[in-house]
Amino acid sequence: MIVNPTDDEIRVGVFICDCGLNIAGAVDCAAVTDYAETLPDVVCAVRNKYTCADPGQNKIKDAIQQHRLNRVVVASCTPRQHEPTFRQCVREAGLNPYLMEMANLREHCSWVHPGDWDGATRKAKDLVASAVARARFLQPQEELTVPVTRAAMVIGGGVAGIEAAIELGDAGHKVVLVEKQPSIGGIMAQLDKTYPTMDCSI
Amino acid sequence: MKIRKKARYVDLSLCNACGECANVCPVTKPDEYQMGLSSRRAIYIPFPQAVPCSYILNMDDCLGNNPIACGKCIEVCEKKAINYDDRDEIVTREVGSIIVAIGLDVYDPTEMDEYGYTRFDNVITSMEFERLICAGGPTAGHFVRPSDHQRPKRIGFIQCVGSRNPKIGRPYCSNICCMNTIKDTLLLADHYPDVENVVFYQDIRAFGKSFEDMFQRSKEAGTRYIRGLPGDVEEDPETGNLTVTVENTTGGQLERHELDMLVLSVGVQPPKDLAKISGLLTLSKTSDGFFMESHPKLKPVDAPTRGVHFAGFCEAPKDIKDSVCQAGAAASRAGALLNAGQIQIEAITSRIDIEACMKCGLCAKVCPYGAIVWEKGQPAVVIEAACAGCGACGATCQFGAITMRHFTDDQLLAQVRAVLADDPQDKVFVFACNWCSYAGGDMAGISRIRYPSTNRVVRTMCSARVSEEMVLEAFRCGAPVVLVSGCHYADCHYINANRQTVKRMQRLWNTLEKAGVRPERLQLEWISAAEGQKFAKVMEQMEQLRKTVTAKEIEHAKQALKPKPKKAARAREEAAVPS
Repeated sequence: MIVNPTDDEIRVGVFICDCGLNIAGAVDCAAVTDYAETLPDVVCAVRNKYTCADPGQNKIKDAIQQHRLNRVVVASCTPRQHEPTFRQCVREAGLNPYLMEMANLREHCSWVHPGDWDGATRKAKDLVASAVARARFLQPQEELTVPVTRAAMVIGGGVAGIEAAIELGDAGHKVVLVEKQPSIGGIMAQLDKTYPTMDCSI
Repeated sequence: MKIRKKARYVDLSLCNACGECANVCPVTKPDEYQMGLSSRRAIYIPFPQAVPCSYILNMDDCLGNNPIACGKCIEVCEKKAINYDDRDEIVTREVGSIIVAIGLDVYDPTEMDEYGYTRFDNVITSMEFERLICAGGPTAGHFVRPSDHQRPKRIGFIQCVGSRNPKIGRPYCSNICCMNTIKDTLLLADHYPDVENVVFYQDIRAFGKSFEDMFQRSKEAGTRYIRGLPGDVEEDPETGNLTVTVENTTGGQLERHELDMLVLSVGVQPPKDLAKISGLLTLSKTSDGFFMESHPKLKPVDAPTRGVHFAGFCEAPKDIKDSVCQAGAAASRAGALLNAGQIQIEAITSRIDIEACMKCGLCAKVCPYGAIVWEKGQPAVVIEAACAGCGACGATCQFGAITMRHFTDDQLLAQVRAVLADDPQDKVFVFACNWCSYAGGDMAGISRIRYPSTNRVVRTMCSARVSEEMVLEAFRCGAPVVLVSGCHYADCHYINANRQTVKRMQRLWNTLEKAGVRPERLQLEWISAAEGQKFAKVMEQMEQLRKTVTAKEIEHAKQALKPKPKKAARAREEAAVPS
């Protein structure tokens, strides 16, 4: 087990995003914010119109300072889109980026349950509760840095592969171009003229 | 990366492409480059501008070097470039980034028999058209029809052959065929002012820069555009002429067109090698079968696997200009990584507590990456740089010795309990893997596909991270239905980690059955990142299933699945006995 010795008190901040009307149009964000405040170890819950925009991010940073937050939950969109954004945000406020957790109220909730105000709101509350429960157990993590071999491989020697290989070569990188046919050129080499300029393919 | 460098049987450094070898070669085979419209020898150059500019010997076609059999090419080659003993070679190259640009396959219209491609000589594909009109083609650019080598005057084009046709499982637009046909009509009009072109189409998609201008020029050059795809093609056996029956949907009348030649504007499809490359690099596909990008708008040339990028057709149908643009973007993305010279690995890796490790070695067995080293009698050790973070080991360890960083047992169990704290009977509990199923849920969201709001998704990196304990805990908390979902079986983001998911599910179903809990309350589904519709459909099915689960059943499962005391202690003793 990794133990973070400085964590004598867990202090979670929850940031609920309206995403304009993307979330607030189908979910009662005010009710979700009120609910978040009742969850264990949550010391502040803040509602934002656009959490990913600078003013939204600044609210997170301010709250981290003001409330001495050591865990952050952002209830907005899918982590597959904005996890890097909010990790960077909490990092800038001095928190380890792995102390931030997201609840997906948009792709997994408001966008798929329009018109089901109560059901979507109930679900949003659960998703926030889930994220807070997880956040309470989050630990700071250090990423491993590994070297990258400075060479590229391009698989396929058609027009796209040739172009990519030339670009990388021009940029000074070593490139291995792999083609299964005896010649590069691909399908384009079989064409006579090409649109929209009617020039030769080879 | 290991690359098989195929034997050419001709030394590239010696061959000067004089062509004497092909002149004496007695073998004739259909020329692939000319779409089989002319022949080549067993030793040949693929086309005059080939790179590398060298002949190649196709050993499958060759009669052999035995002087009795043949060996003529060796005799005439002054450069001594031909080597029958050449063999395939395995070349190993270490690279930091890969650009996948494996292109496309052209649709074979044989199955669309109504157009008579295999029955009538004068029905050709648009690829064959390219060779027939090309100065480097089999007829040196003199456009003639196959049946009598006469120049056709009335030429028809049928659009969307193998595209936008859900009936034959090909619903997507191939992107390039409209403009390609427009170009062909202009070429014909340019070469032969007396030509009469007619194009049968359902929509003309001329949306790119200067495309509309080209379309208008084609019409001005006399090409007739008829809205409607022919239902039938007949041939006059005497003349080889073709009669096309079509409903002109603009006026609603049935028309018959007699033509000298018919060009099928064939669509395109993912290359047949796509699945192989996909498996090698753990990539995924969209429903059309082309590669799935990391994000359709924000990361259009990135694969979900870091360091891998897409260029050209294999990501989606696109024309030359778009292919070149995408190749530039892919090169730029790859170059950025190479310039940085290093990469941060997400801190989602496995750590083993040596004190708690019972030295059983199970974790090493289930690791798809060989990232766990274990020797009998020794605690297991993780090689962090090799660990990709699927968490199969963490879910397998019975002794709590493995911590999956950032996806710990504590974190995930806390989520299970939090989600099911109130009114669990109303909820469908879902574990979804980050790369496919969770992303499939995102796709449902992006596509605004509605489904019941009763599901609660907890994300893990891989379905193999979901331990038996997590599933049982969900039932103990009163979940009526638990769904474990992951990448399709052969498309696991972590090579084959989801095999462990299947094994674990089998054990869990047995456990449930023994405990008198209906096994179908635990479900397993494979949902890819592209399958938003499937995600929604599965959630609908789970909701239907949930409605069948009674309060009594839920209560029974809660009691029957309670952890047996001292189980951990007993397991520890058993493992300590050397086998």
